[in-house]
Amino acid sequence: MLESFFTRALIAGVGLAAVTGPLGSFIVWRRMAYFGDTMAHSAILGVALALFFSFSPIAGVFAIAVVIALLLGFLERRGTLSADSLLGLLSHSTLALGLVLVSLMPHVRIDLMGLLFGDILAVSVTDLVVIYGGGIAVLAVLSWLWRPMLAGTVSEEIARAEGFDPERTRLIFMVLLAGLIAIAMKILGVLLITAMLIIPATAARRLARTPEQMAVYAALGGVAAVLAGLWASLAFDTPSGPSIVVAALGVFALTSALPTSHKEISR
Amino acid sequence: MKNFTPPPRDDIVRIEGIGVKREGRWLVRGVDMAIARGEIVTLIGPNGSGKSTTVKTALGIIRPDEGRVWRAPKLSIGYVPQKIAMDRSLPMTVERLMRLTGRHSASTVTAALATVGIAHLAQAQVHALSGGEFQRALIARAIIGKPDLLVLDEPVQGVDFSGEVALYDLIGAIRDETGCGVLLISHDLHVVMARTDTVICLNGHVCCQGTPDTVAASGEYTALFGPRAAQTLAIYRHEHDHAHLPDGTVRDAEGRVSFDHHAHGPHCGHEGHDHA
Repeated sequence: MLESFFTRALIAGVGLAAVTGPLGSFIVWRRMAYFGDTMAHSAILGVALALFFSFSPIAGVFAIAVVIALLLGFLERRGTLSADSLLGLLSHSTLALGLVLVSLMPHVRIDLMGLLFGDILAVSVTDLVVIYGGGIAVLAVLSWLWRPMLAGTVSEEIARAEGFDPERTRLIFMVLLAGLIAIAMKILGVLLITAMLIIPATAARRLARTPEQMAVYAALGGVAAVLAGLWASLAFDTPSGPSIVVAALGVFALTSALPTSHKEISR
Repeated sequence: MKNFTPPPRDDIVRIEGIGVKREGRWLVRGVDMAIARGEIVTLIGPNGSGKSTTVKTALGIIRPDEGRVWRAPKLSIGYVPQKIAMDRSLPMTVERLMRLTGRHSASTVTAALATVGIAHLAQAQVHALSGGEFQRALIARAIIGKPDLLVLDEPVQGVDFSGEVALYDLIGAIRDETGCGVLLISHDLHVVMARTDTVICLNGHVCCQGTPDTVAASGEYTALFGPRAAQTLAIYRHEHDHAHLPDGTVRDAEGRVSFDHHAHGPHCGHEGHDHA
């Protein structure tokens, strides 16, 4: 069954969507979309460094994403520039730095389009193991930290006063995000990872009444987008990563068009 | 009774000489405060006097730049902060909010909501609540775990006057029932004084502190809030047999409405402030 590249793509995409849904919900709730984007962009630099020092690209992407997250926290605390400007600075300079570094290695031939937009159809069985192993690890930590993370999202002050450590949970969340970016890069590319974090979660918002519902609906919406997007890319011969994102947009449009339920209005 | 010594205080939180500095400026400095089990402590003071900063330091949300903070081991806390910025993208029913920091059974949730009078809103979205309802929901959330220490930063925001009296009565009742310590912040003096054991008057440092009576009588208090405030305080120390109407008039227990702020009903025990 795993011999077919298309089956492997489907399995990889479904596994990924199951993780981006819950993680993306937190990104939306905590208004961290641009932050996620910046971490994803830095993945190019991670790949370039991994090639340069010849170690695993996944490790390179993960390490650089964590470093960027820590650097951002440090610069924010020093505090003359807004988080917004700092993100813009880091996001595009790490992307550019990565691309320049790659071009300086003449012996390395690299599929730039694959880096930017992903190539889900080239997923190997090893990749599947990485995606599912990493994905299950991310989800396990997320469910273990669910209550403190959610408490910190509603109010860091309440969370801290009532015995949680919001700074620690935020740090762990960044590590989870870095992990997701590392395993998702091959499928979606650095430019589309954020889309799969944000769009299914926002699509789920209209239907959900609790945070847990939103996380589950976001995962389901993401899975639907993967299935529809991959089918469309096969049917219309369109690039697979962008097709999945367009399908996710379709899911969002669909839930937006639904009439607001009476439960939402009435008390 | 000559050798009477006061019973030892059962303190659950003590801060000693704490100071918090931001951008080279001391927000508060040299503040001492202690809260005992079963005691209601109220911080009052003008805007920017460091009330929230002091409370956050006592709770461990802010690390002080000098001084010491001590909390009883394994102290459970219920906290209603001054502001909550919950993103609208976060779906949340009132019922789910009650379980934000701990697990509670359905009956516990219903009981906590009933205590603050919003049991009918259990399934409502938090974003759809009015200011007063949201405040009540936050108070229900803070008391649901029967904490050792209940901390409320301006708990009557968005609550109308009669609701305000009810809320403070409720806080007093919770203290009586559970024996928890209560730390309150108020920027005005209102009803809170009647229900308070200890008042700490803050303006970057502790101006004065003691029972509501001693604080109201102190010169520092009058200097900080003006003589009118001291009068207001006296009014609120009376039995609440009159209501303040939105237009500034006063309606007494018999339903008479007057413009004279000092017209009290017959049951009103005047404690020596003259009606000059």
